[in-house]
Amino acid sequence: MSEAVLPAMGAAPARPAPKGLTGRLIREKPLGAFGGAVFLLFLVCGLFAELIAPYGLNETNMAARLLPPSTEHLFGTDHLGRDVLSRVLIGAQLSMIVGACAAALATLVSIVLGVASGYFGGRTDMLTQRFVDAWMIFPDLLLLIAVISVVGPGMTEIVVVLGLLYGIAGSRIVRGAVITIRENAHTHAARSMGATALHILRRHVLPNIMPVVIVLFTTRVGAAILTEAGLSFLGLGVPPPAPTWGGMLSGTGRTYMYLGPWLALAPGLSLTLVVYAINVYGDALRDLLDPRMRGASGFRGAR
Amino acid sequence: MQAFVTRRLLALLPTLMFASLIVFVSMRLIPGDVIDLMLAQNDLATDHDRAAIEAALGLDQPMHVQYFRWIGGVLEGDLGRSLWQNTPVTEQLAATLPITFELGFLALIVALTVALPIGVYSALKQDTLGDYTARSFSLVMLAIPSFWLGTLVMVFPSVWWRWSPALEYTPFLEDPLQNLAHMIVPAILLGLSLSAVTMRMTRTMMLEVLRQDYIRTARAKGLSETLVVARHALRNGLIPVVTLIGLQAPLLIGGAVILEQIFVVPGMGLLLLEAVFQRDYPVISGVFLVVGFGVLVINLLVDLSYGWLDPKVRHQ
Repeated sequence: MSEAVLPAMGAAPARPAPKGLTGRLIREKPLGAFGGAVFLLFLVCGLFAELIAPYGLNETNMAARLLPPSTEHLFGTDHLGRDVLSRVLIGAQLSMIVGACAAALATLVSIVLGVASGYFGGRTDMLTQRFVDAWMIFPDLLLLIAVISVVGPGMTEIVVVLGLLYGIAGSRIVRGAVITIRENAHTHAARSMGATALHILRRHVLPNIMPVVIVLFTTRVGAAILTEAGLSFLGLGVPPPAPTWGGMLSGTGRTYMYLGPWLALAPGLSLTLVVYAINVYGDALRDLLDPRMRGASGFRGAR
Repeated sequence: MQAFVTRRLLALLPTLMFASLIVFVSMRLIPGDVIDLMLAQNDLATDHDRAAIEAALGLDQPMHVQYFRWIGGVLEGDLGRSLWQNTPVTEQLAATLPITFELGFLALIVALTVALPIGVYSALKQDTLGDYTARSFSLVMLAIPSFWLGTLVMVFPSVWWRWSPALEYTPFLEDPLQNLAHMIVPAILLGLSLSAVTMRMTRTMMLEVLRQDYIRTARAKGLSETLVVARHALRNGLIPVVTLIGLQAPLLIGGAVILEQIFVVPGMGLLLLEAVFQRDYPVISGVFLVVGFGVLVINLLVDLSYGWLDPKVRHQ
């Protein structure tokens, strides 16, 4: 069997054409498209935060302490006279970096573990899955708190820990998808033609788990942003003076909220809006790419 | 049923073993740090003292000896002593666990009271205005971080109406009403964030069940819609929801940590946070063991209820 024939004969069937996905999204899932647009907006704000921000990130102005929202300071100022809008924008940058990097790492870990466990099966699968079982009984936030207490708070630390955390849990979902594909007729056909495991993985398994992987990645971005905010809120996230959304809602900022309630609004609203946007976008993507996962976020393959 | 229970119990063993390894390894990653901190408290400390502390904590033994010594202690109910208060960890856990349990239990009641009726309603009235409202509500609840809701509840009523939630903890047995007055706000917030996923799941499962043939049969033989829903649809539709609640147990505990901090509830979450800031590792690993074991037991109960609700599972 020559290599040239294989791809043609064993080409993975029923793979949704990625072409026109955006068009379908807008036509069939307007809410999802809206979510994607909002997320994109936050991404752009995050990327160009330094340029958009009207004031410096830690530019203090004691004469302008605790000013309510106005045309000069759209979201008001905090107890040091810092512009809240500017800080929220930089906060968007931090959130986006943590969210995207952690989700990317998590997806990678999920693919490696899930494929190894699901495709090769046997004892590797048994051991890996028992480990994942044990891993999943500990709440995300607790594991994070414990690990951060060991390695110390910091952006890189949080990204790595979040990536591993979600990666290990998500491997369960990838594994489920891999097992389905392993038992497909076209995979059996390829194997009986003498295709190597590597070839099957590359040509048959990976392309077919892509919908699951894309959905997994999207949901993880939202989860990572939310968890980082929670961690920063507890004082274990990216250390101050970096203006994280979670951090702005806690610590010293908290004591001044009674004098300037607007301090409590902007970071929380941004956080809610961005997570909401990612969620509806992810839901819409899932419905378009992988209808089997519908209505069962995180549930499928969890047992 | 008995064979089913035995099988489930046996399946727990490897998970328990891995879980204890995770706790042990993560605890042993650090000790150098702890000793540094302890030595830093005392200027006269020497390298000799370091060796003495290491020996006292058993850190000079090989890894596997340490593990078996530790797990032996755990099995006898000895979780060590807090490095700072020098009280047994089990004592601290016994004082805080019931409080977190109460918070979680109240939150679960809130979540189910909100999620089940709305989820069922949403499925029965699919694609109506009510359905859309319910689904939007659940999507928003999914996105709102509980610590922000908590902050809003603390700040705005106080600014607008000079009212703020109680922050004084009273033991339940001392004054149940006072206790509930304090616990109810964090419980509602925790319950609401939990209800979002449960509501979605309830709706999806009800929709799926309502399309089944036996529902059509039940309707065809003239049963009233109430009976069809109550007797045929609910029981089958709720099985996956029960599982989901089990899967959410870790989420519940994670949320409890944050809300306990905001509302000053002296539960296990607050204990853990204090331990983390003081690097009190025996306490941290104690909390982890209890949480891990708790989640396992909840999952087991869910599995068993699954078998009880669905005979197919029992006889697999």
